[in-house]
Amino acid sequence: MARITLSNLAHSYFPDPKGEADYALKEMDHVWEDGGAYALLGSSGCGKTTLLNIISGLVRPSQGRVLFGDRDVTDAATSDRNIAQVFQFPVVYDTMTVRDNLAFPLRNRGMDPAYVASRVNQIARMIGMEAELGRKARGLTADAKQKISLGRGMVREDVNAILFDEPLTVIDPHMKWELRTQLKSLHREFGHTMIYVTHDQTEALTFADRVVVMYDGRVVQMGTPQDLFDTPEHTFVGYFIGSPGMNLLEARVEGNRATVAGVSLPLGADYGAPRGRVQIGIRPEFVSLTAAEGLPVTIRRIEDVGRHRIVRADFNGTGINAVVGEGTALSPDMTRLAFSPEHIGVYADDWRVSPQGSRAGRAA
Amino acid sequence: MDKTPNQKAWFLVLPVLVLVAFSAVIPLMTVVNYSVQDTFGDNEFFWAGLEWFEEMLGSDRLWNALGRQVMFSAIILAIQVPLGIFIALNMPKKGFWASVCLVLMSLPLLIPFNVVGTIWQIFGRVDIGLLGHTLAALGLDYNYTNDAFDAWATIIVMDVWHWTSLIALLCYAGLQSIPQAYYQAAKIDQASRWKVFRYIELPKMRGVLLIAVLLRFMDSFMIYTEPFVVTGGGPGNATTFLSIDLVKMAVGQFDLGPAAAFSIMYFLVILLVSWVFYTVMTNLDKEEVR
Repeated sequence: MARITLSNLAHSYFPDPKGEADYALKEMDHVWEDGGAYALLGSSGCGKTTLLNIISGLVRPSQGRVLFGDRDVTDAATSDRNIAQVFQFPVVYDTMTVRDNLAFPLRNRGMDPAYVASRVNQIARMIGMEAELGRKARGLTADAKQKISLGRGMVREDVNAILFDEPLTVIDPHMKWELRTQLKSLHREFGHTMIYVTHDQTEALTFADRVVVMYDGRVVQMGTPQDLFDTPEHTFVGYFIGSPGMNLLEARVEGNRATVAGVSLPLGADYGAPRGRVQIGIRPEFVSLTAAEGLPVTIRRIEDVGRHRIVRADFNGTGINAVVGEGTALSPDMTRLAFSPEHIGVYADDWRVSPQGSRAGRAA
Repeated sequence: MDKTPNQKAWFLVLPVLVLVAFSAVIPLMTVVNYSVQDTFGDNEFFWAGLEWFEEMLGSDRLWNALGRQVMFSAIILAIQVPLGIFIALNMPKKGFWASVCLVLMSLPLLIPFNVVGTIWQIFGRVDIGLLGHTLAALGLDYNYTNDAFDAWATIIVMDVWHWTSLIALLCYAGLQSIPQAYYQAAKIDQASRWKVFRYIELPKMRGVLLIAVLLRFMDSFMIYTEPFVVTGGGPGNATTFLSIDLVKMAVGQFDLGPAAAFSIMYFLVILLVSWVFYTVMTNLDKEEVR
């Protein structure tokens, strides 16, 4: 087990990258603490899998170093890194039995047969496949095969880290919950460093202690689920996390007031005079529907999703969403949206601006 | 669901019936016809019953040719299958050299059989052939026209040259279809090269290998043109395989009755072996799933 350090790391799939656009991963410096449960979250094509493959050694980075603990493993082969990885689609050895599949990584490392047998049984119990141990893997369903892949990823106790590359894509929804819970309890039990790639925020937020959000080849924020919700460092985080995501409005900010299309709004702190493309962001949870104050809007529709209602409104062509509690009464004259000032974030060129007087905040 | 009976639909299968009748059924029946009759010319035929079959089954000639044929097929399969797999494993996976390899590998397959025979016939000649002359110059007593072993060696090497590409190309196609994740998983599981082959590549190539072996078996079992051009079945009868013997009998000696009986038995052997092969392989498949 080890702390993973990515130092000055960048990767391009072109042999001779010209500009920043040629890089699938932009330069980054990060430390992944030993024993942490991380989720790597981002939309398709943002570099999540590339980063994962660099950590596991399947891809060699164009620049920078990868360290496990104090050991530089940038040039080490995958097999020397002592890492387990589970892929998006099931990879099983068709001609082997389920038991042999699970035992394969252990036997290849010359483990004691008695230990292999007991460990395989333990893992089989965990993934709920004890009854199928003697069966050939060929001909099993896709989710059974993926459970074997997961099992093979977790069967070794001494790994430096376990990497999961969207492992639950092919699994039935009810089984997803169960497996995710098992991964979580496994993490608590053995304390492996786990890195879990996903584009599903629910999956990321329930699995991980720390969520790493990637956007366009960059890590835009690394933080607890609460951090991501309260203080998104980048507009992408605001928009990607939350359902619906954060509302973003073009604005002019001066001190502790923002002007949105001629309407002046109070902010929770003094932001000075940020330059570039300035936006304010507010989560729908902190937007309330009123009759008297705030931005005048056109209400498009109201969706009742059970626990609460989502109000879809339109302000000068920009959509704004508000989350309204089930108990709150709504009346037809409520055509204004008020923002809770302390929950408004200010963004310049998509990055969060820290209020004046607090510590500077570009958390890249 | 109500179906409207429409007997006119039978006309739709008529073209196929006619085609199969003329291409397979009628020629086969002619052979059957010859095999149960005797003739002394003048288009006069006498009923002979199963006499020709009895005669052929009792003759050493047929059994010897069959023995040579089985040995030939066994040898070339034993060489071509492992060699083809080995070549496929070592071909470049993509890029310029992959295309070059593919073209080079396809070349022997495109050459007409009698040309292949002629090439090797000349190539192996001791007086003017590059191979034969070189071997002779190296002090080897090589002469495929009067040494049975040399004749066999020449024909086997020729067949390997001609047909190994087929197996290699089929296996290559099978290998290309293996998703990259399998190799990555194997690396992570610390599988050795041999285990990657044994547990990933071989199982994934299974389908194409089955086809390849079946094709190579049938073709080699029916081989005629190349040995006919190179050795003419000699020296003596050393390389007289089934079809060469059959042609000698039917066209050379004009023994239509025995030759027809011979053909039918030859056909049945191929049919039987292919059927057994196919059944065994598909059953193995089912057993694995269970």
